[in-house]
Amino acid sequence: MAASSHESARRSNLFLAVIVVALAACLPFVVKDVYLQNVLVLTLMYAALSQSWNILSGYCGQISLGHALYFGIGAYATLLLFTKFGVLPWFGMIAGGGVAAVVAAAVGYPCFRLKGHYFVIATIVIAEAGLLLMLNWDWAGAAMGIEVPVRGDSWAKFQFARSKLPYFYFALGLAFVAWLVTWKIEDSRWGYWWRAVKDNAEAAESLGVVVFRSKMAAAAVSAFLTAVGGGFYAQFVSYIDPESVMSFQFSLLMALPAVLGGIGTLWGPAVGAAILIPITEVTRSYAGGTGKGFDLIVYGLLVMGIALGRPEGIVGAFTARKRAKAS
Amino acid sequence: MSALLEVRDLTQRFGGLVANADVSIDVNKGEILGLIGPNGAGKSTLFNAIAGVRKPTEGRIAFEGRDVTDLGAPERCALGIARTFQVVKSFETMSVVENVMVGAFQRTASSRVAREKAREVLEFTGLAAREKAMANELTPPEKRRLEVARALATEPKLLLLDEAMTGLTPAEARQGVELVRTVRARGVTIVMVEHVMEIVMPLVDRAVVLDLGRVIAEGKPADIVRDERVITAYLGERHRARDA
Repeated sequence: MAASSHESARRSNLFLAVIVVALAACLPFVVKDVYLQNVLVLTLMYAALSQSWNILSGYCGQISLGHALYFGIGAYATLLLFTKFGVLPWFGMIAGGGVAAVVAAAVGYPCFRLKGHYFVIATIVIAEAGLLLMLNWDWAGAAMGIEVPVRGDSWAKFQFARSKLPYFYFALGLAFVAWLVTWKIEDSRWGYWWRAVKDNAEAAESLGVVVFRSKMAAAAVSAFLTAVGGGFYAQFVSYIDPESVMSFQFSLLMALPAVLGGIGTLWGPAVGAAILIPITEVTRSYAGGTGKGFDLIVYGLLVMGIALGRPEGIVGAFTARKRAKAS
Repeated sequence: MSALLEVRDLTQRFGGLVANADVSIDVNKGEILGLIGPNGAGKSTLFNAIAGVRKPTEGRIAFEGRDVTDLGAPERCALGIARTFQVVKSFETMSVVENVMVGAFQRTASSRVAREKAREVLEFTGLAAREKAMANELTPPEKRRLEVARALATEPKLLLLDEAMTGLTPAEARQGVELVRTVRARGVTIVMVEHVMEIVMPLVDRAVVLDLGRVIAEGKPADIVRDERVITAYLGERHRARDA
């Protein structure tokens, strides 16, 4: 009986996700303003990115503040493959994901021997090193960056000058896929192993979990999805340079929605992104002129509020209340 | 009788400190072996060497005739050695059944099978009613049980219990003893490190006494408590006074 309650909880989550996606798909019919549509695309993209980040940092507990590296790899791989070799962005995004997964494993090999704060610092430093490399790599455009050559609106080439809608639906699909991957992993052996590694690595080892390998697997999946998001972003903005896709800010923007919404929870990243990204974008555009960084102050305050009041995030607070009621 | 676990001439040094010196013990299939000794005797060090947490400086460990000295904890778990921790290490953000599932995944990749297995073990260890509770909501004796449940879910041939009764009330400890007996009845061999003599002695088939890193006595509980060296090293004046 209890088995079915677990299964039905999972099914209702899936059902809820389908409804949310269906409702979100209707948004562009209500929101016609191009600027606001732009905000919606970014919100969905960050929901997807944060969901990817959450796999490594939320479920497996390895807090990364260097995911801009994988985001950048995805963006660069997609555009370089297209401009230099004519590879369609669809394949470019997948290839970028593959490269990012390999890089994540290579980065993880030394870094996963570090614990806690030392690991976090290492991820920041490595992402910065990646940024410096790209700034100096002439073939990849160095500091000048790369532009998407305009070839007219086309699904194959994934570029649309006249409408934001195709980007919107792709971003929605990406967010849903990232959610689905998380949903699937949550009830898989890897999912349980990752949470065990997060909670107590020594106990996990005693139960047969190879901690190092688990972290590597989480990093690879997380990096792959992040890079696909990076490839999408490159197509969306159609021009990238190292600062605009690999700066530290992206690493933060991937982490914050999950932290706000509930780290290591299925819905946390989406809830967090839905709150955080619109606030960020709107304060940036309306208060951007008054002094740089006002938007950063706003979400700094939000995160502080969460850290002080509800460290487990919005979703965490909600489930805690539900549990308290049930018992 | 063939030994399930053989420890040969095991020495563990930490810098200048010798925690274990030339320790050799055999653990026979199906028995409950007590590992006792005063504080600092090297029980935990030996325990960790058997569990694969730390490689010994010298000596070999064989399990079912196979040399496992160079294997880490996960590999030993796969071969059938499971352990509990003296200071409980529950997966605090996971529910009770999920805690046990982590162990069950040692033998299956399917979460459905792992969940069923975990439920069965929870039933057996008397935690079935708490399966949905979060691990951090459990009482101390329940947490001890969870440690055992999690280890049992890996389907071990050898279960290492590290002071599993510490901190329990006498009534809780009696239930703990019952659990250990039923586990053994299922065919699991048990090595237990224990401080509380009143618990160990009636429960174990054989005891190994460590003092200052060395084995000073080995044998049936009844003989051990009469051994002069053991009495001076460990049981101390209190026990002697009672005999008098």
